[in-house]
Amino acid sequence: MSDVQSSPRAGAERTSDARETAKPAGARIIAVTSGKGGVGKTFVSANLAAALTRRGQRVLVLDADLGLANLDVVLNLHPKITLHDVFTGKAALEEAVIVAPGGFSVVLAGSGMVEYSRLTPEVRNQFLSVIQSLTPRFDVILLDTGAGISDVVLFSISLASEVLIVATPEPTSLTDAYAAIKVLAMQQRRQHIRIVVNQTARPGDGRAITSQLQQVVERFVTTESGKPVRLMHMGDIPADPTVRETVMRRHLLLQHAPGCPAGLAISQLAGKVEEALLERAQ
Amino acid sequence: MPATETNVQIDLRDLRLGAARALIEQATGQTFAHPLPNQAPTEYLQSVVDELCALSLRDPLTGLGNRRHFSATVEREVDRVARSGEAALLLMLDIDHFKRVNDTYGHVAGDKVLKAVAEALGRCVRPMDTLTRYGGEEFAIVLPACHADFGRAVAERIRRVIAATTIEIGTKTQLRVTISIGGAFALQWIRSTSALWINRADQQLYRAKSQGRNRVCLEVQPDSTVSAEEKSLLFAPLYTPSQWGNLPVFDDHDSAN
Repeated sequence: MSDVQSSPRAGAERTSDARETAKPAGARIIAVTSGKGGVGKTFVSANLAAALTRRGQRVLVLDADLGLANLDVVLNLHPKITLHDVFTGKAALEEAVIVAPGGFSVVLAGSGMVEYSRLTPEVRNQFLSVIQSLTPRFDVILLDTGAGISDVVLFSISLASEVLIVATPEPTSLTDAYAAIKVLAMQQRRQHIRIVVNQTARPGDGRAITSQLQQVVERFVTTESGKPVRLMHMGDIPADPTVRETVMRRHLLLQHAPGCPAGLAISQLAGKVEEALLERAQ
Repeated sequence: MPATETNVQIDLRDLRLGAARALIEQATGQTFAHPLPNQAPTEYLQSVVDELCALSLRDPLTGLGNRRHFSATVEREVDRVARSGEAALLLMLDIDHFKRVNDTYGHVAGDKVLKAVAEALGRCVRPMDTLTRYGGEEFAIVLPACHADFGRAVAERIRRVIAATTIEIGTKTQLRVTISIGGAFALQWIRSTSALWINRADQQLYRAKSQGRNRVCLEVQPDSTVSAEEKSLLFAPLYTPSQWGNLPVFDDHDSAN
């Protein structure tokens, strides 16, 4: 897989000039976001990372939820050194990169990041330099962004070549996912946005929801280029009692129950993500 | 005990007001009156201070607000928008190929162009807008309470008005200039900084220039509101059994209700 990142990112995803130059070369960056909180964004990030690792990718998850980080909670990690220490100059970035239970690397935001929940030029620059130093060493970097569409979230998404929106079939989640798609299409001129639907009740739900979103987007979201943003359904994660059980125990699903329906779905999702990255690299 | 204003007797003859008076007279083009015999010294001093404050915020050539005035306005507007959630637009404007004007007709002509453009700009904005000279041939306008459609209309109008303005730079010489405009809306959902706002508007100005000048580029405003119409379309077929297959019976505890 290591030959994938040697070719520069396909230029289909043009954002503004400044962002373009800000995008570091190296690992493919995928922003995992949701619009609404509590839909399993961090759960998806962590388990997708584990599944991609199983497929031989060198994966790093960066906790980009600077205000309300909880990747450490999901992974049951108690890191001594976090992004906070790196930002404040107390530690080198190297020291903040730790290995998570699934075998992938993580950089956790840590507590005390509230002061970084606002996008100041300093936060922007520090964030950029962190990403830039990490990209050469990984194949895939997953940015676990905060919920909502604050400027920190939008900025971290702007660094990613791919956006994966996690939604659940709940109307509130769909509304917020739609709002996020709208903002990303208009502000970042995204042409492709990938969707994964979590906690689905039956097969086909995610596909139906994605085409539903696509219809509304086509009708209401006008982009500068005139081309509608394309939503790509990446998979469903079925509602599965095993998920709740492992989450409560703070175990990684892919490590403790990879064979359960949700675990299988995430492995499948990882395959599709890998395929998508290959496709875009050409 | 520190002296308070009330118990200090000021004799205006002790102060060197000549330089201040000369500056004010030069800037306003009018004679600044000497204190009247029965006028309180503080009252007179206040008028001098007021004039000097106004002077410190004005660009001497064009009479528009200067860079200092601009910075203060943007700073205030960022704060206000973060609290009120109101839309505000920042426009950065730059005269196209201004160097050519200076090189071809001289700096006196260049100054005339700047003045004429400033005057034309002044006729395009509302009293509540802050029009300033950012520096050189660059201007900036802060437009509070400005919605997306309105912002584009204003910027387009400005561009057209400038392009149609004939500028007399000599008895026989007239010329026209065009202007490139970049704009960005203040972020409504979070407290940002004036530097970032200016930077975003500047990026759009850069785009306008690189796309061929004499045009308006506005940052597409991230509109995260979802209208009732969008919502109805978003949900409608989800609860139609024919479209959706065998849905469970409508559940009162379902979060959708």
